[in-house]
Amino acid sequence: MVERRPLLTVVTHVVMLFGILIVAFPLYITFVASTLTMEQVLEVPMRLLPGDQLWNNYTQVLGAGSTRGSTAPVAPMMFNSMVMALVIAIGKIAISIISAFAIVYFRFPLRHFFFWMIFITLMLPVEVRIIPTFKVVADLGMLDSYAGLTLPLIASATATFLFRQFFMTVPDELLEAARIDGAGPMRFFIDVLLPLSRTSIAALFVIQFIYGWNQYLWPLLITNQESMYTVVIGIKRMIVGGDALTEWHLVMATAMLAMLPPALVVLLMQRWFVKGLVDTEK
Amino acid sequence: MEKRVVLRSPWLPYLLVAPQLAITVIFFFWPAGQALWFAFLRQDAFGLSAEFAGLDNFRDLFNDSAYLASFQVTAVFSLLVAVGGIVLALLLAVMADRVIRGALAYRTLLIWPYAVAPAVAGVLWGFLFAPSIGILSYLMKQMGIDWNWVLNSGQAMTLVVIASIWKQISYNFLFFLAGLQSIPRSLIEAAAIDGARPFRRFWTIVFPLLSPTTFFLLVVNIVYAFFDTFGVIDATTQGGPSGATQILVYKVYEDGVKSADLGGSSAQSAILMLIVITLTVVQFRFVERRVNY
Repeated sequence: MVERRPLLTVVTHVVMLFGILIVAFPLYITFVASTLTMEQVLEVPMRLLPGDQLWNNYTQVLGAGSTRGSTAPVAPMMFNSMVMALVIAIGKIAISIISAFAIVYFRFPLRHFFFWMIFITLMLPVEVRIIPTFKVVADLGMLDSYAGLTLPLIASATATFLFRQFFMTVPDELLEAARIDGAGPMRFFIDVLLPLSRTSIAALFVIQFIYGWNQYLWPLLITNQESMYTVVIGIKRMIVGGDALTEWHLVMATAMLAMLPPALVVLLMQRWFVKGLVDTEK
Repeated sequence: MEKRVVLRSPWLPYLLVAPQLAITVIFFFWPAGQALWFAFLRQDAFGLSAEFAGLDNFRDLFNDSAYLASFQVTAVFSLLVAVGGIVLALLLAVMADRVIRGALAYRTLLIWPYAVAPAVAGVLWGFLFAPSIGILSYLMKQMGIDWNWVLNSGQAMTLVVIASIWKQISYNFLFFLAGLQSIPRSLIEAAAIDGARPFRRFWTIVFPLLSPTTFFLLVVNIVYAFFDTFGVIDATTQGGPSGATQILVYKVYEDGVKSADLGGSSAQSAILMLIVITLTVVQFRFVERRVNY
């Protein structure tokens, strides 16, 4: 701040608190609804203080699921979401870091061609090629499988770019030194590049974990069996249409559960998250 | 940008790029190619045979009033989401930049919606605005507004716009905050010494210096509104009432998956690809220029 303006400082804090209130309001109502009985949720207006059903509602959705719409328990869905988010995040980082290594540190025919092939994938989000990708996955027999859930989302131009960008800033002297010490290409990669990339890897992990956890359209298309639902799909399937028919207390408990892991990752890894976000988009 | 010192191996680099290339070819190029190919085919009513139909699918699309309406809906929706989200986030970021005490706490409390899935954001706001039981619908009715987004198209649009902006606000906020913090303090101080008050300093110094960030966010938010908001819409209005919130991506899904119109849906996919490519090129041209500004 350049000068003292007490009035403006007050305005600043008021605006910030107001903003936080708006941002947090849906979360608070969701939490309250997840602690009430169905009758209490359907009262108009709904009470704004938490009830005493927290334990009942959460154990019911985790163990048994709702009784209307989809009746699958949520615990296996959480597991599916976790598998999907972890495989996508780790898989993306793994295949991107080695391909960026090849493209930056080697000279080989077709290098530029390969780079452009990867680059173009930036322009083809899943949403654009829904039906043909679905057909390909169906032809490969990967519907209702973890491979089908994760593999099509694992190729990532952004991650490759980020690592390429980072490798460019690594001083050439390190490679020369490694070579004088007699290290081969893979030794150099494992002992020098990987440890240097730790921050980039952590940052990417946060972004990609959230990306994987929050996927919606893709799992919606390729999962038919309830045992393969991810939790985001599960919530949608519990809503049966008609305000009074849906078991909102259970839907809201599931929504809280669905938000918890990615929110924890963002908050606990905040430093890397901010870095990852700003870096990947550049 | 090239490395001066390089490694040499006749086979290792191919092995290293192989996994990514394999996935790219199988899950990107093959399906994208098929989408382009299907766009020129016409299937019979039972989906048993297909024949080459040239540009017929495209001609049908542009004669289809529902498709043109969907274009218009998408334009209105993405503009509202992008502009609304950017204005709100800019306001919050400018305020957060002024705060000295509690800055980290404010940031922490504002960034978590980034972690919420669009579909979950849709469910939360759909519940708040649920016509008969929602707490916000109740407030609206107290104020004399007859709130029912299931029937009223303007209200349905309002709902999906609010949910989409809410989910995206932390993203915009973080980028504006980073942009604000990279503006040299000396510029602001010089203006203050010359007697410029905070409001004037914002419009004459801060806002112009933020314009690269603003433009970048505009493109990113439009892309977000085009594609990532599928979950918001599917969890709330499902494109209704009568197509009022049916954005292009949702129509591709409806026609392709629910109505199984392969040719029409693929032609729509092809048009969407063209739009994404345009937006990506705009964004990259701009990033190149930003480096030199």
